[in-house]
Amino acid sequence: MPEQQAAEHQTNPVEEVEAFLRRRREQIAQRWADATLFRTVFTVSRDEAVEAGRTVVEALAAVAASGRVEDAEADGFAVVREQLARTAHSRARAGATLAQISAEMDALRPLVTDLLLDELSEAPAEHLRECTTALTVLMGTLRLVMLETTTIAGQELINRQRLELLEIATPVIKLWEGIVAVPLIGTLDSARSQVVMETLLDAVVEQHARIAILDITGVPTVDSLVAQHLMKTVAAARLMGAECIVSGIRPAIAQTIVHLGIDLSSVLTRASLADALAYALQQQGAHIVPNPASTVEAR
Amino acid sequence: MTHSTGSVSACLPIHSDLDLVRVRQHVRQMTAQLGFRLVEQTKLVTAASELARNALIHGGGGQMECTPVSSSGGVQGLRLVFSDQGPGIADLDQALSDGYTSGEGLGMGLGGARRLVHEFSIDSRRGVGTTVTVTSWTSRPPRPREAP
Repeated sequence: MPEQQAAEHQTNPVEEVEAFLRRRREQIAQRWADATLFRTVFTVSRDEAVEAGRTVVEALAAVAASGRVEDAEADGFAVVREQLARTAHSRARAGATLAQISAEMDALRPLVTDLLLDELSEAPAEHLRECTTALTVLMGTLRLVMLETTTIAGQELINRQRLELLEIATPVIKLWEGIVAVPLIGTLDSARSQVVMETLLDAVVEQHARIAILDITGVPTVDSLVAQHLMKTVAAARLMGAECIVSGIRPAIAQTIVHLGIDLSSVLTRASLADALAYALQQQGAHIVPNPASTVEAR
Repeated sequence: MTHSTGSVSACLPIHSDLDLVRVRQHVRQMTAQLGFRLVEQTKLVTAASELARNALIHGGGGQMECTPVSSSGGVQGLRLVFSDQGPGIADLDQALSDGYTSGEGLGMGLGGARRLVHEFSIDSRRGVGTTVTVTSWTSRPPRPREAP
């Protein structure tokens, strides 16, 4: 920018933008309050949305004051980071994708730049262009900060769901007096097998179970690590006085285990949960007598 | 055996437990598409699981390349190449023997994986990394006649 032109206006574009933001804070906040991003997050009252908008505008002005409009790590953003994270989190929970949140964030930009264009309509074209660029860059950085927090919020959501899944996916079912079963479904990694072992051992104590059945029908792959987890669980249950049966071993899994060279002979196994239950009942001394009437019907 | 090699169909990273799940799912999908029988599918998926975990735990992470191949006789197959830039394996014979483990596992991974596939080769250099290449065919290829 030519020296004399800068001297003419006494201000550099970034300072001009800072002054503009402070001057028009209220107006910008009012405009933003009606934008999708603020409207969908602050559903209770519009005042809340306006207040949130004010905070963001102030943060932008602080960043402009530091002259680091391109820096997402600028100190000015620190005060709004948490608020942006909550906003992003709220949108993500409502099912908005990252692209949608980004677009909603981008929609805030023209609401500010239009105001700036109005205000500086008298200014020389060069100065106007530079001010608009500075403001656009600043809004772009704000969007980056917002998306960063969104990604982090998304990661937290995944982590929480992962934990929830650990809890949900391991129910212990009482099949009979003294017989409990755990149907295992999905990947049996170290974290899950730990949960399985704990819930099973708890159930053995609570239900006074003598026999525990681990059903692996829903486990797609039984490799050496899964086998090791199963053997440890069986050994732990045995220490507590419960006999453990592993059921649901499909033909393909059985052949794979043999080729893999894993010795499961120390573990009592059955092909299906029904076989395991029949064995368990027999061990309990229960006899299942077929109803003669229904046998006749079947013929 | 001579066989034509297709271009690498996929290259999957192995850096976390979640990646192991992806590796297993991908191999399962590919074997099903190529017409592997369920037993062969399960064997190759299990071998992939063992080798990918080795790359993750012992090699500090790596990748798996998955390529459909076909033999000169027109038999379809799948080749998997697991590579890592880890410390390498000091004693290959020991590592391949059953029951030997440098970690806390059962020590059946590498030797077990070799028994689960039709072709197996391993290349490991100290300080450079380890590459394991395995291939399985939809129908077992005829064994080369042994020398009398």
